[in-house]
Amino acid sequence: MIGRLLEGVPRRGLAMLAALLALLLVFPAFAGGYLLSVGFLILYFAYVGQAWNIMMGFAGQLSLGHSLYVGLGAYAAAALYVHFGLSPWVGLAASIALCALAGAAIGFLAFRFGVAGVYFAILTIAFAEFARIGFDHFAWVRGSSGLFLPVANYAENDLWNLRGSPRMFYYLMLGMTAGAFVLCHALLRSRIGYYWRAIRESPEAAQALGINLFRTKMVAVVLSAAMTSLAGVIFAFYYNNLFPEQIFHISRSIELILGPIIGGIGTLVGPLVGALLLTGLAEGLGELLLALGVDIPGVKQVFYGICLLLVVMFLPDGVWPPIARKLKLDARRR
Amino acid sequence: MLDVDSLSKSFRGLRAVQGVSFKVPQGAIVGLIGPNGAGKTTCFNLIAGVLAPDAGRIAFGGRPIQGLRPDQVCAAGIGRTFQIVKPFAGLTVLDNVVVGALLRSKDVSAAKKHAAEIMERLGLGAKADMPASSLTLPDRKRLEVARALATRPKLLLLDEVMAGLRPTECDQIIAVFRELNRAEGLTILLIEHVMRAVMALAQKIVVLHHGEVIAQGAPQDVVRDPAVLECYLGEETEV
Repeated sequence: MIGRLLEGVPRRGLAMLAALLALLLVFPAFAGGYLLSVGFLILYFAYVGQAWNIMMGFAGQLSLGHSLYVGLGAYAAAALYVHFGLSPWVGLAASIALCALAGAAIGFLAFRFGVAGVYFAILTIAFAEFARIGFDHFAWVRGSSGLFLPVANYAENDLWNLRGSPRMFYYLMLGMTAGAFVLCHALLRSRIGYYWRAIRESPEAAQALGINLFRTKMVAVVLSAAMTSLAGVIFAFYYNNLFPEQIFHISRSIELILGPIIGGIGTLVGPLVGALLLTGLAEGLGELLLALGVDIPGVKQVFYGICLLLVVMFLPDGVWPPIARKLKLDARRR
Repeated sequence: MLDVDSLSKSFRGLRAVQGVSFKVPQGAIVGLIGPNGAGKTTCFNLIAGVLAPDAGRIAFGGRPIQGLRPDQVCAAGIGRTFQIVKPFAGLTVLDNVVVGALLRSKDVSAAKKHAAEIMERLGLGAKADMPASSLTLPDRKRLEVARALATRPKLLLLDEVMAGLRPTECDQIIAVFRELNRAEGLTILLIEHVMRAVMALAQKIVVLHHGEVIAQGAPQDVVRDPAVLECYLGEETEV
């Protein structure tokens, strides 16, 4: 199994990944509270970027409404915890089921009735907006006044109830990001990975080669939704407050797709690199401006915009592919 | 093997295919010819499941296949190429063919092996790791054929794969089809304008004009048929 996963992976790439993992593992020992929270954010965006990449990067289905899955996942686990004291790990099952169902509903509507391309993207936005407005009036989860999780000063980490230090959340997120990376690597090399990319490149040709378009695209949407819901659960228990206006907002959907776009759509490493660049640099810039005494609101957004613009203009495939060529890690392409 | 019976299809009143009937016997190579707009590609798309017929039946190996989706038709054992080539441009040439091979072998490494064999056969072996987007048109046509062959079809539908090829390249690919037909009993139905390819390959020719079959039979008889000469080949054509 492991031998199969490693087959054909360049040695240097493996060594670099191991070094990166080691670095991320020891990072909390040196990082203060603020840096640790930046590290958590980077891993969070790397994870959701990877999940989104399955749909868009692999299968070519553009979702602009992934905040739906983050929000549904977050609300399901948080509400079960607040109302019934259920562990988030139990709530997780509900979150995954709910998001898989939501993904399946969107996928069914789109793929059954031939909604494709831009119209598919609009459909995903529409569902996220439904959820935002619906949850604003959903009294059981306190509507627009927000759902809060009880917070205390935790002396010990309670992994079962996800109550504890930022360090615990950091390692949890690291585990999830690493897991998602390995999963996506395995998927890309599997039959369905080939089928997704075939559909992305030409649906007609893919279908003529015997690929069931509906089923194959459904798997991508449901899997991506289920993976994203996991991030939602962590989000809820890390921040301890949920507002429909924030979590379901379209800006959240856009924010989470910037990483893979900047890093390289459809690549494994792209979402990681993109999350590191965007979050790391945006936070770093914020700190720099603070130190210089410049206080301009919205500077982070402007920076995001400029980054995106530069990448689109000069690196249409994202930041990672040219780096991979430089490092000679793209053995498959040559 | 393939039995097309009174097939009809209209597009908003334009009768693209009208009451077309013909048979493709097992192990045969049959040519489908006719002027532009005669309904040849529509016929292919009806057989391949891209379009559903308004009327008529299509049987493959005795089993009705009209109204099936393209992927179901492919799984039933009919492979096809596209007249306007549709490579998976972002994938390597090998991966293009692997996608086809994965239909019959679920295991990726077995599919890769099978794909490599087919590419060797079509002279694409040296280009395995190139991106499909970098191929020239003749190679893209070969890739269409390789991909379709990788699905291990019993019947192969070829839509103008010789168009744009030089005569020597044409002869190479004709030799490949002959070999596949003889050695593996592959049945072939081909649309083709290159008459030298049709004459070299086909044991039977079906001629379409204005969506109707105006002649069918042995190649040497069909090319002397006055109706065929008038509408398609022209009086002076030497074959």
